Amino acid sequence: MPADGGIGASTKRREDVRFLTGNGNYTDDINANGQAYVYFLRSEMAHAKINSIDTSDAEKMDGVIRIFTGEDFVEVGGVPCGWEVTDRFGNAMQEPRHPILAHGKARHVGDPICAVVAETLEQARDAAEAIELDLEELPAVIDMKSALAEDSPKVHDELESNLCYDWGFVEENRDAVDEAIKNAHHVTTLELRNNRLIANPMEPRVAIGMFDRTTDEHTLYTTSQNPHVIRLLMGAFVLGIPEHKLRVISPDVGGGFGTKIFHYAEEAFCTFAAKAVNRPVKWTCSRSEAFVSDAHGRDHVTKIELAMDEDGNFLAVRTDTHANMGAYLSTFAPSVPTWLHGTLMAGNYKTPLIYVNVKAVFTNTVPVDAYRGAGRPEASFQLERVIDKAAYEIGKDPIELRRQNFITEFPYATPVAVEYDTGDYNATMDKMIEIADLAGFEKRAAESADNGKLRGLGVNCYIEACGIAPSNLVGQLGARAGLYESATVRVNATGSISVMTGSHSHGQGHETAFPQVIAEMIGIDPSQVDIVHGDTSKVPMGMGTYGSRSLAVGGSAMVRATEKIINKAKKIAAHLMEASEGDIELKDGQFTVAGTDKSVAWGDVTLAAYVPHNYPLEDLEPGLEETAFYDPANFTYPSGAYACEVEVDPETGKVTIERFSAADDFGNIVNPMIVDGQVHGGIGQGIGQALLEQAVYDEDGQLISGSYMDYAMPRADDVPFYTVDHSCQTPCTHNPLGVKGCGEAGAIGSPPAVVNAVVDALRRAGQDITHIDMPLTPSRVWQAMQS
Amino acid sequence: MYAFDVETPSSVAEAVAALKDEEATALGGGQTLIPTLKQRLAAPEKLVSLSGIAEMKGISTDGGVLTIGGATIHADVAAQGDYPALAALAGNIGDPAVRNRGTIGGSLANNDPSACYPAAVLGTGATIVTNTREIAADDYFQGMFTTALEEGEIITAVKFPIPEAASYQKFDQPASRFALVGVFVAKTADGVRVAVTGASEEGVFRWSEAETALNKEFRSDALMDLNINAMNMIGDLHGTKEYRAHLVKVMTRRAINAIG
Repeated sequence: MPADGGIGASTKRREDVRFLTGNGNYTDDINANGQAYVYFLRSEMAHAKINSIDTSDAEKMDGVIRIFTGEDFVEVGGVPCGWEVTDRFGNAMQEPRHPILAHGKARHVGDPICAVVAETLEQARDAAEAIELDLEELPAVIDMKSALAEDSPKVHDELESNLCYDWGFVEENRDAVDEAIKNAHHVTTLELRNNRLIANPMEPRVAIGMFDRTTDEHTLYTTSQNPHVIRLLMGAFVLGIPEHKLRVISPDVGGGFGTKIFHYAEEAFCTFAAKAVNRPVKWTCSRSEAFVSDAHGRDHVTKIELAMDEDGNFLAVRTDTHANMGAYLSTFAPSVPTWLHGTLMAGNYKTPLIYVNVKAVFTNTVPVDAYRGAGRPEASFQLERVIDKAAYEIGKDPIELRRQNFITEFPYATPVAVEYDTGDYNATMDKMIEIADLAGFEKRAAESADNGKLRGLGVNCYIEACGIAPSNLVGQLGARAGLYESATVRVNATGSISVMTGSHSHGQGHETAFPQVIAEMIGIDPSQVDIVHGDTSKVPMGMGTYGSRSLAVGGSAMVRATEKIINKAKKIAAHLMEASEGDIELKDGQFTVAGTDKSVAWGDVTLAAYVPHNYPLEDLEPGLEETAFYDPANFTYPSGAYACEVEVDPETGKVTIERFSAADDFGNIVNPMIVDGQVHGGIGQGIGQALLEQAVYDEDGQLISGSYMDYAMPRADDVPFYTVDHSCQTPCTHNPLGVKGCGEAGAIGSPPAVVNAVVDALRRAGQDITHIDMPLTPSRVWQAMQS
Repeated sequence: MYAFDVETPSSVAEAVAALKDEEATALGGGQTLIPTLKQRLAAPEKLVSLSGIAEMKGISTDGGVLTIGGATIHADVAAQGDYPALAALAGNIGDPAVRNRGTIGGSLANNDPSACYPAAVLGTGATIVTNTREIAADDYFQGMFTTALEEGEIITAVKFPIPEAASYQKFDQPASRFALVGVFVAKTADGVRVAVTGASEEGVFRWSEAETALNKEFRSDALMDLNINAMNMIGDLHGTKEYRAHLVKVMTRRAINAIG
């Protein structure tokens, strides 16, 4: 390994130099010659019939170039959905049309109705105010259960009902699970809500459409986690642009958290309008607009039942979930409450029978899709909460109840269709107990009591499925995309390397971590390797970054391409040293011939590849550039054990997190510092969900928490100093790096730990409380203590 | 934001003259007005900035009275040492950016029902000084976002008679970090004053029952039998009416205990 910077080194992030000095190149930093601006006039009503739109006065206003309405998009495709779920009766989900601009009806507050393109943004806004909209307000469909009532108004008149699908998994287990629950010694039941969240990346969404009439080429700059996915969806399904005439660029992106995976109407609009008005068209989302146009996350209402025998062995789990889809199906929305959720309901436990029922529901709210963890936090939360409640009910220690039911032999095929390759749940539990100093808890609880505070301890485990995903499998499950990843490794003549990766970094640190892998493989300094990403004209078709997949899938593609490079370089080295290829070894950037003192440097070999004077041209092409596409054989299964200690102020109900400890098993680790940061960020977002964040609609469909005045983001003083450990490592067995992914773990593992801790604190104080719905605001905790 | 003109007078007299224009609005530190303009929720034709008026800035103490210029920023109030409870209150408003732009006069003219300064002014029994008159705190606050100020009247200073002891206890609204409930308790020459912000639909108010009880006996136990009516409390996403009523009592007790 190089002295500094190979696999396992906590190399400082090279991209931070530009980010921290204000030199990042974000989409909004890009301005095209002759650029016009678009302002979207959005619905202020949750559900309304569009009677008429009169733009005649607005069109005459200063600076207005053109005003678009839904009529302009009747001929093009709607915003497509990338995943088709089949319901428990074998039918395809109900899939409504999602027009670029609302047509006929507006279906949520924030649904764009008109788009004004003008010379300046202020002129566009002025003109938007002069548009005369005749909207007829319709009753809003907000509550999911009411939405499924026979007499409910419909979000989409052309659909049979507001039910997108009724999914059962595993449907064949349904009767057996019912029977097991009916006959069980003890059944613990918990009803809960997984609160609706808004991702709030620091950088709002931005899109710039451009069109070159001389070449018919479209360019879209956009804040995307996966520019190729946008090119495919928008080119093929919305605007009918062939891919060689459509370039999508996502430069520096300031945080995604899932909500920048999806293809949005605004991107298609800017691309379409740039051609229509023959000008570059730019849209920068305001923060207020982001609240009502970025896809939201979570929003499940669940009843879970856990059946046990007299010894506390888990016999069966049955869940009944309503999942909010919002008004339209966002790109991956149908997959989140189904394949990313139901398949995780075994958790870390050998429960033999599991049945998951999910009813996905249309409502007059912003579309809901993947948010950090996507389905897996919803699964972990309900499972780890019901286990805690079960431990309380049967009088067992929650750690012991978990241990007793742990899966201990791998590979393990769960009853919910996935096979865990590796894991050691007792090891992470032991590690958590150690780093959390659980032995000292009672002493700390006594100190808290002396200060008039109630201290509580919450522990939980989690498992997630990352490294998304085997393409043939997801194809069977309804994905309309492959989920491989790509990499081209281009070795330059003097030995430096450019890696074109289909992964996209929007904060993850790929520019630092990926070179560490290549540096390790070849034995050169990582500064010799640069990462190129985010431009469909530069990198091979890739699927982007989400689901903790970049290193496990994108990194694996890079490893495969680098292996091809090394194989070819060894052939060249063998020729240069007049040795047999089989005797060539590569170490520390030197090729040597086994058993001799002959050697040739990496740079000499790469130069020979491009200046092939002394080169086996008959047998080998010149040049040194290789591409690999890697399709994973399975998901990866990171797991861990978390502990949270809280103090509750009994007078106000305010919860403060005093300690948070995370023992994770991510398999092998490339850059421990970046992994720490990923876990810190994930836990921060999990604490945000558990204590602070909630997107709340009133019964008319107005978003009450529509700004930072009411939507509480976690701040530095809301979170403690974390203790994180990832020394428990059971490497993934099916990818070349043995890595599992770490991006979502913190957000998956932390909400149940926090809620378990608060409930524990209140119980220790003699309160008969079994659950409080997130977020555990002071008001809610106090209210719970009064009843 | 709609287009508007800006005037930057350098004296109170010039500012008063500029504000005679019916379409003009006074701009203090802009912590409420500028976001409102950005959202196009207000459309003044002219903003008269008060931040360039030297005579409206600064803090002085004379004869037990702390006088703060209306255009003085929160950070400066937080830095003064003559009235520690007021300094602590100012130092906990918003964040550093807010404290270095927002002004005491701007906050009081706006009279947000969840702002901190109204509690200090009412709780201390301060006097609002304007370009035309002096207004006692008890006469100044007239309900949420409503004050005794006339059209075009400018808060040039606020005079705080420094109390014997005082404490402000604020319970943060988790998102905005305005006061979900804030209680200012002061032991003044004329007795105990208790002012509550954040809680009531009517804006800042004095909790007179608590004052009466504390004038008899300045101990938190004196509040034991008192209950505040939840009916007029604010109920929202962050707390029910009952929760706010409860917090008024808790925060008052904490203020009393902090005073000792």
